[in-house]
Amino acid sequence: MGIPMTVSNRPLSPHLQIYRWPVSMMASMLHRASGMALAAGMLLLLWWIAALASGPAAFLTLQHFIGSFIGRLLLFGWTWSLFFHLLNGLRHLVWDTGIGYEVKSVQRFAWIVLAGSVALTLVVWTAGYAMLGAW
Amino acid sequence: MSGLSSPLQRVRGLGSAKEGAAHWWMQRLTAVALVPLSLWFVYNAVALTGADGAQAAAWLGKPIDATLMILLIAAGFHHGQLGLQVIIEDYIHTAWRKMALLIAVKFAAVLAAVGAIVLVLKIAVGG
Repeated sequence: MGIPMTVSNRPLSPHLQIYRWPVSMMASMLHRASGMALAAGMLLLLWWIAALASGPAAFLTLQHFIGSFIGRLLLFGWTWSLFFHLLNGLRHLVWDTGIGYEVKSVQRFAWIVLAGSVALTLVVWTAGYAMLGAW
Repeated sequence: MSGLSSPLQRVRGLGSAKEGAAHWWMQRLTAVALVPLSLWFVYNAVALTGADGAQAAAWLGKPIDATLMILLIAAGFHHGQLGLQVIIEDYIHTAWRKMALLIAVKFAAVLAAVGAIVLVLKIAVGG
């Protein structure tokens, strides 16, 4: 083409690294990310059911994996993903009724969902560790 | 005949994806079902922490728990593949690649769900 490429010094629109991330954007991205994590985590549920169906040896293998550091890390991440996706999903269901779109309310509930998901995860894991001696 | 249908009928039957609100509605319906089902599951997963295979299988083999687990599997995999479909449609723009991934995700979800349900039934009925 006859038009030469010129270097433009005009300002670019802000990119991801420049933004101070609004919490609402964070919640939106985490909703999708946690959803994908939960889809992958369904395979763990599948493994658990398959191990139960096939007997004690398979179940011990599963327990060994879940008890390992990697296993606990995955399960912890999965627990948080579940609570975040669940609470943020409720936020979406409220929006579906046509309310809660004011910027202040969107941001406030994004923080509530984030804090709530962390709190519920910690409650569940505390309860889980408390159960370890019960069986 | 499309000229005779109301705007509401048209939007129900024909969105840009040619399926109207069916995807959106089913995503919400499964989401609502998954709220109590996942809370039930987490509660019982905590209660079963440290249990051995026989104890966990005895729990899952009870009719009420087997029923709820099957519902969790069905709603969970259905909701999951609906969500993955949206992600694929958002980010994969090569037509054949998008189609191949959509088919793979949907087949995998059905395979995993049916397999899991059969295993629950095996524990509940055959155990």
